[in-house]
Amino acid sequence: MKLIVAIVRPEKLSDVLEALFHADVRGLTISRVQGHGGEIEHVENYRGTSVKMALAEKVRIEIGVSNHFVQPTIDIILGAARTGEVGDGKIMVLPIEKIYRIRTGESDQDAVTPVHSESDQSL
Amino acid sequence: MNNADIAWMLVSTALVLLMTPALAFFYGGLVRSKNALNTMMMSFIALGPVAVVWALLGYSLAFAPGGPAIGSLAFAGLRGVGLEAQGAIPHLLFMCFQGTFAIITPALISGAVAERMRFNAYLAFITAWVLVVYAPVAHWVWGGGFLASMGALDFAGGAVVHVNAASAALVAALVVGPRKDYGRHAILPHNVPFVMLGAGLLWFGWFGFNAGSALSAGTTASLAFANTLLAPAATLATWTLIDLMRGGRVTAVGAATAIVVGLVVVTPAAGYISPISAITMGALGAFPSYFALIYRAKTKLDDSLDVVAAHGLGGATGAILTGVFAEAAWSGGANGLLGGNPGQVLTQVASVIIVLAYSGGMTFALLKALALVMPLRIGDRHEGLGLDVTDHGEEAYTHGDGAILVKPKESSMAHSTVDVVAVHGGGSL
Repeated sequence: MKLIVAIVRPEKLSDVLEALFHADVRGLTISRVQGHGGEIEHVENYRGTSVKMALAEKVRIEIGVSNHFVQPTIDIILGAARTGEVGDGKIMVLPIEKIYRIRTGESDQDAVTPVHSESDQSL
Repeated sequence: MNNADIAWMLVSTALVLLMTPALAFFYGGLVRSKNALNTMMMSFIALGPVAVVWALLGYSLAFAPGGPAIGSLAFAGLRGVGLEAQGAIPHLLFMCFQGTFAIITPALISGAVAERMRFNAYLAFITAWVLVVYAPVAHWVWGGGFLASMGALDFAGGAVVHVNAASAALVAALVVGPRKDYGRHAILPHNVPFVMLGAGLLWFGWFGFNAGSALSAGTTASLAFANTLLAPAATLATWTLIDLMRGGRVTAVGAATAIVVGLVVVTPAAGYISPISAITMGALGAFPSYFALIYRAKTKLDDSLDVVAAHGLGGATGAILTGVFAEAAWSGGANGLLGGNPGQVLTQVASVIIVLAYSGGMTFALLKALALVMPLRIGDRHEGLGLDVTDHGEEAYTHGDGAILVKPKESSMAHSTVDVVAVHGGGSL
Protein backbone atom coordinates (compact mmCIF):
# COMPACT_ATOMS: atom_id res chain seq x y z
CA MET A 1 0.00 0.00 0.00
CA LYS A 2 1.22 3.44 -0.87
CA LEU A 3 0.01 6.98 -0.44
CA ILE A 4 0.37 8.83 -3.70
CA VAL A 5 0.54 12.60 -3.29
CA ALA A 6 0.39 14.57 -6.51
CA ILE A 7 0.64 18.34 -6.90
CA VAL A 8 -0.88 19.41 -10.20
CA ARG A 9 -2.05 22.51 -12.04
CA PRO A 10 -5.64 23.49 -11.22
CA GLU A 11 -6.53 23.66 -14.90
CA LYS A 12 -5.38 20.06 -15.36
CA LEU A 13 -7.46 18.69 -12.48
CA SER A 14 -10.44 17.75 -14.63
CA ASP A 15 -8.23 15.81 -17.02
CA VAL A 16 -6.51 13.99 -14.15
CA LEU A 17 -9.77 13.09 -12.38
CA GLU A 18 -11.35 11.90 -15.60
CA ALA A 19 -8.39 9.64 -16.37
CA LEU A 20 -8.25 8.29 -12.80
CA PHE A 21 -11.97 7.48 -12.69
CA HIS A 22 -11.69 5.85 -16.07
CA ALA A 23 -9.04 3.53 -14.66
CA ASP A 24 -11.20 2.80 -11.61
CA VAL A 25 -9.07 4.77 -9.17
CA ARG A 26 -11.91 6.20 -7.17
CA GLY A 27 -10.83 6.88 -3.64
CA LEU A 28 -9.07 10.21 -3.41
CA THR A 29 -8.95 13.55 -1.67
CA ILE A 30 -8.05 16.90 -3.16
CA SER A 31 -7.13 20.21 -1.59
CA ARG A 32 -6.32 23.57 -3.03
CA VAL A 33 -2.84 24.63 -2.12
CA GLN A 34 -0.29 27.23 -3.05
CA GLY A 35 3.34 26.51 -3.67
CA HIS A 36 6.53 27.43 -5.35
CA GLY A 37 8.13 24.98 -7.71
CA GLY A 38 10.78 26.86 -9.61
CA GLU A 39 8.52 28.39 -12.22
CA ILE A 40 9.15 32.01 -13.10
CA GLU A 41 6.94 34.33 -11.07
CA HIS A 42 4.48 36.41 -13.03
CA VAL A 43 3.91 40.05 -12.26
CA GLU A 44 0.59 41.63 -11.37
CA ASN A 45 -0.20 45.32 -11.03
CA TYR A 46 -2.63 46.91 -8.60
CA ARG A 47 -2.92 50.68 -8.65
CA GLY A 48 0.71 51.38 -9.34
CA THR A 49 1.98 48.60 -7.11
CA SER A 50 3.72 45.82 -8.98
CA VAL A 51 4.01 42.46 -7.28
CA LYS A 52 5.71 39.25 -8.23
CA MET A 53 3.46 36.32 -7.37
CA ALA A 54 5.89 33.85 -5.86
CA LEU A 55 3.26 31.26 -4.95
CA ALA A 56 1.29 29.48 -7.62
CA GLU A 57 -2.10 27.90 -7.12
CA LYS A 58 -1.95 24.12 -7.26
CA VAL A 59 -4.18 21.20 -6.45
CA ARG A 60 -2.90 18.46 -4.16
CA ILE A 61 -4.34 15.00 -4.76
CA GLU A 62 -3.96 12.26 -2.18
CA ILE A 63 -4.71 8.66 -3.09
CA GLY A 64 -4.24 5.56 -0.94
CA VAL A 65 -3.72 2.63 -3.29
CA SER A 66 -2.96 -1.07 -3.10
CA ASN A 67 0.39 -2.17 -4.53
CA HIS A 68 -0.71 -3.24 -7.99
CA PHE A 69 -2.47 0.11 -8.46
CA VAL A 70 0.63 2.19 -7.70
CA GLN A 71 2.28 2.22 -11.12
CA PRO A 72 -0.94 2.61 -13.17
CA THR A 73 -1.98 5.54 -10.97
CA ILE A 74 1.38 7.24 -11.41
CA ASP A 75 1.31 6.70 -15.18
CA ILE A 76 -2.17 8.17 -15.41
CA ILE A 77 -1.22 11.31 -13.51
CA LEU A 78 2.01 11.72 -15.50
CA GLY A 79 0.01 11.52 -18.70
CA ALA A 80 -2.95 13.69 -17.75
CA ALA A 81 -1.25 16.46 -15.77
CA ARG A 82 1.63 17.22 -18.13
CA THR A 83 1.81 20.36 -20.26
CA GLY A 84 5.58 20.31 -20.72
CA GLU A 85 6.04 23.73 -19.11
CA VAL A 86 7.77 24.39 -15.80
CA GLY A 87 5.14 24.20 -13.08
CA ASP A 88 3.47 20.92 -14.00
CA GLY A 89 3.93 19.66 -10.43
CA LYS A 90 5.21 16.57 -8.62
CA ILE A 91 4.16 13.08 -7.70
CA MET A 92 5.38 11.64 -4.38
CA VAL A 93 4.91 8.05 -3.32
CA LEU A 94 4.92 7.37 0.43
CA PRO A 95 4.71 4.10 2.37
CA ILE A 96 1.63 3.62 4.54
CA GLU A 97 1.65 1.87 7.88
CA LYS A 98 -2.07 1.15 8.21
CA ILE A 99 -5.29 2.13 6.43
CA TYR A 100 -8.77 1.74 7.90
CA ARG A 101 -12.13 2.18 6.24
CA ILE A 102 -14.16 3.94 8.89
CA ARG A 103 -17.57 2.60 7.85
CA THR A 104 -16.66 -1.11 8.15
CA GLY A 105 -13.50 -1.14 10.19
CA GLU A 106 -11.77 -3.06 7.36
CA SER A 107 -8.08 -2.43 7.20
CA ASP A 108 -5.20 -2.33 4.73
CA GLN A 109 -5.80 -4.07 1.38
CA ASP A 110 -9.55 -4.39 2.02
CA ALA A 111 -9.80 -0.76 2.96
CA VAL A 112 -8.43 0.52 -0.36
CA THR A 113 -10.30 -1.92 -2.61
CA PRO A 114 -13.00 0.06 -4.40
CA VAL A 115 -16.56 -0.81 -3.44
CA HIS A 116 -18.09 -1.20 -6.86
CA SER A 117 -21.71 -1.22 -5.84
CA GLU A 118 -21.23 2.25 -4.41
CA SER A 119 -18.61 3.54 -6.76
CA ASP A 120 -21.03 5.79 -8.60
CA GLN A 121 -21.61 7.84 -5.52
CA SER A 122 -17.98 8.22 -4.60
CA LEU A 123 -16.13 11.33 -5.69
CA MET B 1 -39.15 71.88 -23.40
CA ASN B 2 -40.26 71.50 -19.81
CA ASN B 3 -38.23 70.56 -16.81
CA ALA B 4 -40.29 67.49 -15.94
CA ASP B 5 -39.35 65.82 -19.23
CA ILE B 6 -35.75 66.86 -18.84
CA ALA B 7 -35.59 65.57 -15.26
CA TRP B 8 -36.97 62.16 -16.24
CA MET B 9 -34.59 61.85 -19.17
CA LEU B 10 -31.60 62.80 -17.01
CA VAL B 11 -32.55 60.00 -14.63
CA SER B 12 -33.29 57.57 -17.45
CA THR B 13 -29.90 58.15 -19.01
CA ALA B 14 -28.17 57.38 -15.71
CA LEU B 15 -30.37 54.27 -15.31
CA VAL B 16 -29.42 52.91 -18.72
CA LEU B 17 -25.75 53.64 -18.06
CA LEU B 18 -26.00 51.47 -14.91
CA MET B 19 -27.07 48.53 -17.07
CA THR B 20 -23.56 48.09 -18.48
CA PRO B 21 -21.92 47.50 -15.05
CA ALA B 22 -24.98 45.36 -14.24
CA LEU B 23 -24.29 43.28 -17.34
CA ALA B 24 -20.69 42.95 -16.15
CA PHE B 25 -21.96 41.34 -12.93
CA PHE B 26 -24.47 39.16 -14.77
CA TYR B 27 -21.82 37.86 -17.17
CA GLY B 28 -18.97 37.91 -14.63
CA GLY B 29 -20.81 35.57 -12.28
CA LEU B 30 -21.48 33.08 -15.06
CA VAL B 31 -17.84 32.39 -15.93
CA ARG B 32 -15.07 30.57 -14.08
CA SER B 33 -13.23 32.52 -11.39
CA LYS B 34 -10.03 32.69 -13.45
CA ASN B 35 -11.88 34.76 -16.07
CA ALA B 36 -14.05 36.87 -13.76
CA LEU B 37 -12.23 40.18 -14.23
CA ASN B 38 -11.75 39.70 -17.95
CA THR B 39 -15.43 39.00 -18.50
CA MET B 40 -16.51 41.95 -16.36
CA MET B 41 -14.01 44.19 -18.15
CA MET B 42 -15.45 43.20 -21.52
CA SER B 43 -18.64 44.98 -20.46
CA PHE B 44 -17.02 47.76 -18.42
CA ILE B 45 -14.58 48.78 -21.12
CA ALA B 46 -17.42 49.74 -23.45
CA LEU B 47 -18.01 52.70 -21.10
CA GLY B 48 -14.75 54.21 -22.40
CA PRO B 49 -13.83 53.88 -26.07
CA VAL B 50 -17.33 53.06 -27.29
CA ALA B 51 -18.77 56.14 -25.59
CA VAL B 52 -16.03 58.34 -27.04
CA VAL B 53 -16.41 57.16 -30.64
CA TRP B 54 -20.17 57.45 -30.22
CA ALA B 55 -19.87 61.11 -29.26
CA LEU B 56 -17.28 61.88 -31.95
CA LEU B 57 -18.78 60.01 -34.87
CA GLY B 58 -21.36 57.31 -34.09
CA TYR B 59 -24.09 59.67 -32.98
CA SER B 60 -23.79 61.63 -36.20
CA LEU B 61 -23.91 58.51 -38.38
CA ALA B 62 -27.05 57.40 -36.55
CA PHE B 63 -28.97 60.60 -35.96
CA ALA B 64 -27.72 63.40 -38.22
CA PRO B 65 -30.10 64.04 -41.12
CA GLY B 66 -29.10 61.75 -43.97
CA GLY B 67 -30.43 59.07 -46.31
CA PRO B 68 -32.50 55.96 -45.64
CA ALA B 69 -29.40 53.85 -44.85
CA ILE B 70 -27.20 56.11 -42.74
CA GLY B 71 -27.07 59.58 -41.24
CA SER B 72 -24.40 62.08 -42.15
CA LEU B 73 -21.36 63.80 -40.69
CA ALA B 74 -23.36 66.90 -39.77
CA PHE B 75 -23.10 66.16 -36.01
CA ALA B 76 -19.54 64.77 -36.12
CA GLY B 77 -17.49 65.95 -33.16
CA LEU B 78 -20.76 67.03 -31.55
CA ARG B 79 -20.97 70.03 -33.89
CA GLY B 80 -24.42 71.54 -33.58
CA VAL B 81 -25.33 69.26 -30.67
CA GLY B 82 -26.26 71.80 -28.03
CA LEU B 83 -28.98 72.71 -25.59
CA GLU B 84 -31.65 73.45 -28.19
CA ALA B 85 -34.71 71.22 -28.20
CA GLN B 86 -34.64 67.79 -29.78
CA GLY B 87 -38.21 66.69 -29.18
CA ALA B 88 -39.01 67.46 -25.56
CA ILE B 89 -35.42 67.52 -24.28
CA PRO B 90 -32.10 69.24 -25.03
CA HIS B 91 -30.31 67.78 -28.03
CA LEU B 92 -27.22 67.09 -25.91
CA LEU B 93 -29.25 65.01 -23.45
CA PHE B 94 -30.77 63.06 -26.34
CA MET B 95 -27.24 62.29 -27.55
CA CYS B 96 -26.25 61.04 -24.08
CA PHE B 97 -29.39 58.90 -23.73
CA GLN B 98 -28.71 57.28 -27.12
CA GLY B 99 -25.05 56.91 -26.14
CA THR B 100 -25.94 54.64 -23.24
CA PHE B 101 -27.68 52.30 -25.71
CA ALA B 102 -24.63 52.37 -27.98
CA ILE B 103 -22.47 51.39 -25.00
CA ILE B 104 -24.43 48.37 -23.83
CA THR B 105 -25.16 46.85 -27.24
CA PRO B 106 -21.57 45.83 -28.13
CA ALA B 107 -21.03 44.80 -24.49
CA LEU B 108 -23.84 42.24 -24.91
CA ILE B 109 -21.80 40.49 -27.62
CA SER B 110 -19.03 39.68 -25.14
CA GLY B 111 -21.10 36.83 -23.67
CA ALA B 112 -20.57 34.82 -26.84
CA VAL B 113 -16.77 35.05 -26.84
CA ALA B 114 -16.07 35.08 -23.09
CA GLU B 115 -13.15 33.11 -21.67
CA ARG B 116 -11.07 32.93 -24.88
CA MET B 117 -11.13 36.10 -27.00
CA ARG B 118 -8.02 38.29 -26.66
CA PHE B 119 -8.88 41.50 -24.87
CA ASN B 120 -7.05 43.73 -27.37
CA ALA B 121 -8.85 42.15 -30.29
CA TYR B 122 -12.19 42.49 -28.49
CA LEU B 123 -11.49 46.16 -27.79
CA ALA B 124 -10.74 46.89 -31.45
CA PHE B 125 -13.77 44.86 -32.50
CA ILE B 126 -16.41 46.59 -30.37
CA THR B 127 -15.03 50.05 -31.10
CA ALA B 128 -15.32 49.45 -34.83
CA TRP B 129 -18.60 47.55 -34.47
CA VAL B 130 -20.45 50.41 -32.85
CA LEU B 131 -19.64 52.63 -35.86
CA VAL B 132 -20.03 50.09 -38.65
CA VAL B 133 -22.99 48.08 -37.34
CA TYR B 134 -24.76 49.78 -34.45
CA ALA B 135 -24.89 53.34 -35.82
CA PRO B 136 -26.49 52.45 -39.18
CA VAL B 137 -29.00 50.07 -37.61
CA ALA B 138 -29.98 52.70 -35.03
CA HIS B 139 -30.42 55.14 -37.94
CA TRP B 140 -32.71 52.74 -39.81
CA VAL B 141 -35.15 52.54 -36.90
CA TRP B 142 -34.77 55.73 -34.83
CA GLY B 143 -32.86 58.15 -37.06
CA GLY B 144 -35.42 58.38 -39.83
CA GLY B 145 -34.01 55.48 -41.87
CA PHE B 146 -35.78 52.97 -44.07
CA LEU B 147 -37.08 50.63 -41.34
CA ALA B 148 -38.88 53.59 -39.79
CA SER B 149 -40.33 54.44 -43.22
CA MET B 150 -41.47 50.81 -43.59
CA GLY B 151 -43.41 51.29 -40.37
CA ALA B 152 -41.41 48.79 -38.29
CA LEU B 153 -42.18 49.21 -34.58
CA ASP B 154 -39.23 49.07 -32.22
CA PHE B 155 -39.97 51.07 -29.10
CA ALA B 156 -36.71 50.69 -27.16
CA GLY B 157 -34.50 48.47 -29.27
CA GLY B 158 -35.66 44.86 -29.67
CA ALA B 159 -34.12 44.79 -33.14
CA VAL B 160 -31.62 47.64 -32.84
CA VAL B 161 -30.10 46.42 -29.58
CA HIS B 162 -30.97 42.78 -28.96
CA VAL B 163 -31.36 41.10 -32.35
CA ASN B 164 -28.43 43.19 -33.55
CA ALA B 165 -26.13 42.14 -30.69
CA ALA B 166 -27.25 38.50 -30.80
CA SER B 167 -26.63 38.17 -34.53
CA ALA B 168 -23.13 39.57 -34.02
CA ALA B 169 -22.72 37.23 -31.04
CA LEU B 170 -23.63 34.16 -33.10
CA VAL B 171 -21.12 35.07 -35.80
CA ALA B 172 -18.43 36.00 -33.27
CA ALA B 173 -18.83 32.68 -31.42
CA LEU B 174 -18.40 30.82 -34.72
CA VAL B 175 -15.45 32.88 -35.96
CA VAL B 176 -13.55 32.89 -32.64
CA GLY B 177 -14.34 29.21 -32.04
CA PRO B 178 -15.32 27.31 -28.90
CA ARG B 179 -13.38 27.33 -25.63
CA LYS B 180 -10.92 24.45 -25.46
CA ASP B 181 -12.77 22.92 -22.51
CA TYR B 182 -16.21 23.33 -24.09
CA GLY B 183 -17.96 19.98 -24.35
CA ARG B 184 -15.01 18.24 -22.63
CA HIS B 185 -15.33 19.50 -19.08
CA ALA B 186 -18.13 20.93 -17.03
CA ILE B 187 -17.79 24.73 -17.04
CA LEU B 188 -19.74 26.17 -14.11
CA PRO B 189 -20.69 29.70 -13.03
CA HIS B 190 -18.29 30.78 -10.29
CA ASN B 191 -20.54 33.29 -8.51
CA VAL B 192 -24.30 32.87 -8.84
CA PRO B 193 -25.05 35.73 -6.40
CA PHE B 194 -23.25 38.05 -8.89
CA VAL B 195 -25.58 36.77 -11.61
CA MET B 196 -28.60 37.62 -9.47
CA LEU B 197 -27.19 41.03 -8.54
CA GLY B 198 -26.63 41.70 -12.23
CA ALA B 199 -30.16 40.63 -13.18
CA GLY B 200 -31.65 42.83 -10.45
CA LEU B 201 -29.65 45.88 -11.51
CA LEU B 202 -30.47 45.22 -15.16
CA TRP B 203 -34.19 45.25 -14.39
CA PHE B 204 -33.79 48.51 -12.42
CA GLY B 205 -31.83 50.12 -15.25
CA TRP B 206 -34.27 48.81 -17.83
CA PHE B 207 -36.96 51.16 -16.52
CA GLY B 208 -34.77 53.93 -17.94
CA PHE B 209 -34.18 51.93 -21.11
CA ASN B 210 -37.87 51.35 -21.87
CA ALA B 211 -39.76 54.13 -20.09
CA GLY B 212 -36.98 56.55 -21.06
CA SER B 213 -37.50 55.62 -24.70
CA ALA B 214 -40.71 57.64 -24.53
CA LEU B 215 -38.24 60.55 -24.59
CA SER B 216 -40.51 62.50 -22.24
CA ALA B 217 -42.11 62.09 -18.81
CA GLY B 218 -45.65 61.51 -19.96
CA THR B 219 -48.27 58.83 -20.29
CA THR B 220 -46.25 56.81 -22.80
CA ALA B 221 -43.41 56.58 -20.29
CA SER B 222 -45.89 55.35 -17.68
CA LEU B 223 -47.21 52.69 -20.04
CA ALA B 224 -43.70 51.53 -20.92
CA PHE B 225 -42.82 51.52 -17.21
CA ALA B 226 -45.79 49.31 -16.32
CA ASN B 227 -45.02 46.92 -19.17
CA THR B 228 -41.38 46.72 -18.07
CA LEU B 229 -42.62 45.62 -14.65
CA LEU B 230 -45.23 43.15 -15.88
CA ALA B 231 -43.63 41.34 -18.83
CA PRO B 232 -40.51 40.08 -17.01
CA ALA B 233 -42.72 39.11 -14.06
CA ALA B 234 -44.78 36.95 -16.43
CA THR B 235 -41.64 35.48 -18.00
CA LEU B 236 -40.27 34.63 -14.56
CA ALA B 237 -43.56 33.04 -13.52
CA THR B 238 -43.79 31.03 -16.74
CA TRP B 239 -40.13 29.98 -16.56
CA THR B 240 -40.75 28.74 -13.02
CA LEU B 241 -43.84 26.80 -14.11
CA ILE B 242 -41.96 25.16 -16.99
CA ASP B 243 -39.22 24.19 -14.55
CA LEU B 244 -41.71 22.65 -12.14
CA MET B 245 -43.81 20.91 -14.79
CA ARG B 246 -40.74 19.31 -16.32
CA GLY B 247 -40.12 17.86 -12.87
CA GLY B 248 -37.11 19.99 -12.23
CA ARG B 249 -36.16 22.41 -9.51
CA VAL B 250 -36.40 26.16 -9.72
CA THR B 251 -32.86 27.45 -10.16
CA ALA B 252 -31.36 30.82 -9.35
CA VAL B 253 -29.46 31.11 -12.63
CA GLY B 254 -32.69 30.20 -14.40
CA ALA B 255 -34.62 32.91 -12.58
CA ALA B 256 -31.98 35.54 -13.38
CA THR B 257 -32.02 34.45 -17.02
CA ALA B 258 -35.83 34.57 -17.15
CA ILE B 259 -35.85 38.16 -15.95
CA VAL B 260 -33.43 39.20 -18.68
CA VAL B 261 -35.42 37.31 -21.33
CA GLY B 262 -38.64 38.99 -20.22
CA LEU B 263 -37.02 42.41 -20.37
CA VAL B 264 -35.69 41.72 -23.85
CA VAL B 265 -39.09 40.50 -25.05
CA VAL B 266 -40.94 43.60 -23.90
CA THR B 267 -38.30 46.07 -25.14
CA PRO B 268 -39.62 46.55 -28.69
CA ALA B 269 -43.22 46.62 -27.46
CA ALA B 270 -43.02 48.60 -24.22
CA GLY B 271 -44.83 51.75 -25.33
CA TYR B 272 -47.10 50.12 -27.93
CA ILE B 273 -49.06 47.44 -26.06
CA SER B 274 -51.55 47.18 -23.21
CA PRO B 275 -50.38 45.96 -19.80
CA ILE B 276 -52.38 42.75 -20.22
CA SER B 277 -50.66 42.13 -23.53
CA ALA B 278 -47.33 42.69 -21.76
CA ILE B 279 -48.17 39.84 -19.40
CA THR B 280 -49.14 37.63 -22.35
CA MET B 281 -46.01 38.57 -24.28
CA GLY B 282 -43.79 37.99 -21.29
CA ALA B 283 -45.32 34.55 -20.75
CA LEU B 284 -45.08 33.52 -24.41
CA GLY B 285 -41.56 34.88 -24.62
CA ALA B 286 -40.31 32.41 -22.02
CA PHE B 287 -40.74 29.37 -24.27
CA PRO B 288 -38.36 29.93 -27.23
CA SER B 289 -35.49 31.06 -24.99
CA TYR B 290 -36.06 28.35 -22.36
CA PHE B 291 -35.84 25.52 -24.86
CA ALA B 292 -33.11 27.17 -26.94
CA LEU B 293 -30.91 27.31 -23.83
CA ILE B 294 -31.34 23.60 -23.25
CA TYR B 295 -30.78 22.77 -26.91
CA ARG B 296 -27.76 25.05 -27.39
CA ALA B 297 -25.78 23.38 -24.61
CA LYS B 298 -25.96 20.10 -26.56
CA THR B 299 -24.57 21.63 -29.73
CA LYS B 300 -21.04 22.57 -30.81
CA LEU B 301 -21.95 26.27 -30.73
CA ASP B 302 -20.08 27.77 -27.78
CA ASP B 303 -22.19 30.88 -27.33
CA SER B 304 -20.82 30.77 -23.81
CA LEU B 305 -23.34 32.92 -21.95
CA ASP B 306 -26.25 32.32 -24.34
CA VAL B 307 -26.54 35.70 -25.99
CA VAL B 308 -28.37 34.14 -28.92
CA ALA B 309 -30.93 32.27 -26.82
CA ALA B 310 -31.65 35.17 -24.46
CA HIS B 311 -31.24 38.28 -26.63
CA GLY B 312 -31.61 36.86 -30.14
CA LEU B 313 -34.67 34.70 -29.63
CA GLY B 314 -36.08 37.02 -26.95
CA GLY B 315 -35.56 40.04 -29.20
CA ALA B 316 -37.01 38.37 -32.29
CA THR B 317 -40.00 37.01 -30.35
CA GLY B 318 -40.60 40.45 -28.86
CA ALA B 319 -40.27 42.24 -32.20
CA ILE B 320 -42.68 39.87 -33.94
CA LEU B 321 -45.20 39.81 -31.08
CA THR B 322 -45.14 43.61 -31.11
CA GLY B 323 -46.72 43.25 -34.55
CA VAL B 324 -49.42 41.10 -32.97
CA PHE B 325 -50.24 43.04 -29.81
CA ALA B 326 -49.64 46.71 -30.76
CA GLU B 327 -52.73 48.72 -29.83
CA ALA B 328 -53.47 52.19 -31.17
CA ALA B 329 -55.86 52.76 -28.26
CA TRP B 330 -52.90 52.64 -25.85
CA SER B 331 -50.10 54.11 -27.93
CA GLY B 332 -51.90 56.41 -30.33
CA GLY B 333 -49.79 54.74 -33.02
CA ALA B 334 -50.13 51.59 -35.08
CA ASN B 335 -52.38 48.60 -34.51
CA GLY B 336 -51.10 45.04 -34.71
CA LEU B 337 -52.63 41.77 -35.87
CA LEU B 338 -55.18 41.71 -33.03
CA GLY B 339 -56.17 45.26 -33.93
CA GLY B 340 -56.89 44.17 -37.48
CA ASN B 341 -53.54 45.01 -39.04
CA PRO B 342 -51.93 41.66 -39.97
CA GLY B 343 -49.43 43.42 -42.23
CA GLN B 344 -47.61 44.73 -39.15
CA VAL B 345 -46.44 41.20 -38.32
CA LEU B 346 -44.79 40.89 -41.72
CA THR B 347 -43.15 44.30 -41.32
CA GLN B 348 -41.79 43.17 -37.96
CA VAL B 349 -40.49 39.87 -39.37
CA ALA B 350 -38.82 41.76 -42.21
CA SER B 351 -37.14 44.18 -39.83
CA VAL B 352 -35.75 41.31 -37.75
CA ILE B 353 -34.40 39.51 -40.82
CA ILE B 354 -32.81 42.67 -42.22
CA VAL B 355 -31.05 43.50 -38.94
CA LEU B 356 -30.00 39.87 -38.50
CA ALA B 357 -28.48 39.69 -41.96
CA TYR B 358 -26.70 43.05 -41.86
CA SER B 359 -25.29 42.59 -38.37
CA GLY B 360 -24.20 39.01 -39.04
CA GLY B 361 -22.57 39.83 -42.36
CA MET B 362 -20.76 42.95 -41.19
CA THR B 363 -19.60 41.26 -37.98
CA PHE B 364 -18.14 38.42 -40.03
CA ALA B 365 -16.30 40.87 -42.31
CA LEU B 366 -15.04 42.93 -39.35
CA LEU B 367 -13.69 39.93 -37.44
CA LYS B 368 -12.05 38.44 -40.53
CA ALA B 369 -10.40 41.77 -41.30
CA LEU B 370 -9.25 42.10 -37.70
CA ALA B 371 -7.84 38.56 -37.78
CA LEU B 372 -5.47 39.67 -40.54
CA VAL B 373 -3.73 42.12 -38.22
CA MET B 374 -4.07 40.44 -34.81
CA PRO B 375 -4.96 37.03 -33.40
CA LEU B 376 -8.55 36.96 -32.16
CA ARG B 377 -8.09 34.38 -29.44
CA ILE B 378 -5.50 33.54 -26.85
CA GLY B 379 -3.39 30.39 -26.99
CA ASP B 380 -4.44 27.17 -25.27
CA ARG B 381 -1.94 27.57 -22.44
CA HIS B 382 -3.16 31.06 -21.59
CA GLU B 383 -6.75 29.88 -21.88
CA GLY B 384 -5.92 27.26 -19.25
CA LEU B 385 -4.39 29.86 -16.95
CA GLY B 386 -7.30 32.23 -17.36
CA LEU B 387 -7.48 35.66 -18.97
CA ASP B 388 -7.42 37.62 -15.72
CA VAL B 389 -3.74 36.82 -15.28
CA THR B 390 -2.70 36.64 -18.94
CA ASP B 391 -4.55 39.65 -20.38
CA HIS B 392 -4.92 41.90 -17.35
CA GLY B 393 -2.18 40.95 -14.88
CA GLU B 394 -4.67 40.86 -12.02
CA GLU B 395 -6.74 38.30 -10.19
CA ALA B 396 -10.31 38.64 -8.96
CA TYR B 397 -9.78 36.67 -5.78
CA THR B 398 -6.20 36.84 -4.61
CA HIS B 399 -5.08 36.52 -1.01
CA GLY B 400 -1.79 38.19 -1.73
CA ASP B 401 0.05 35.22 -0.24
CA GLY B 402 3.52 35.05 -1.67
CA ALA B 403 3.21 38.40 -3.40
CA ILE B 404 6.60 40.07 -3.41
CA LEU B 405 6.71 43.84 -3.85
CA VAL B 406 8.61 44.82 -6.95
CA LYS B 407 10.73 47.87 -6.10
CA PRO B 408 10.29 50.85 -8.43
CA LYS B 409 13.73 50.29 -9.95
CA GLU B 410 12.86 46.82 -11.24
CA SER B 411 9.26 47.49 -12.10
CA SER B 412 9.84 48.87 -15.60
CA MET B 413 11.59 45.62 -16.40
CA ALA B 414 8.94 43.57 -14.69
CA HIS B 415 6.18 45.18 -16.74
CA SER B 416 7.72 44.04 -19.95
CA THR B 417 7.73 40.43 -18.82
CA VAL B 418 4.11 40.15 -17.73
CA ASP B 419 2.86 38.49 -20.87
CA VAL B 420 5.74 36.15 -21.35
CA VAL B 421 6.17 34.71 -17.89
CA ALA B 422 2.61 34.25 -16.71
CA VAL B 423 2.80 30.83 -15.19
CA HIS B 424 0.31 30.69 -12.44
CA GLY B 425 -3.37 30.07 -12.87
CA GLY B 426 -6.02 31.25 -10.49
CA GLY B 427 -8.10 28.49 -11.92
CA SER B 428 -10.91 26.59 -10.42
CA LEU B 429 -12.79 23.60 -11.65
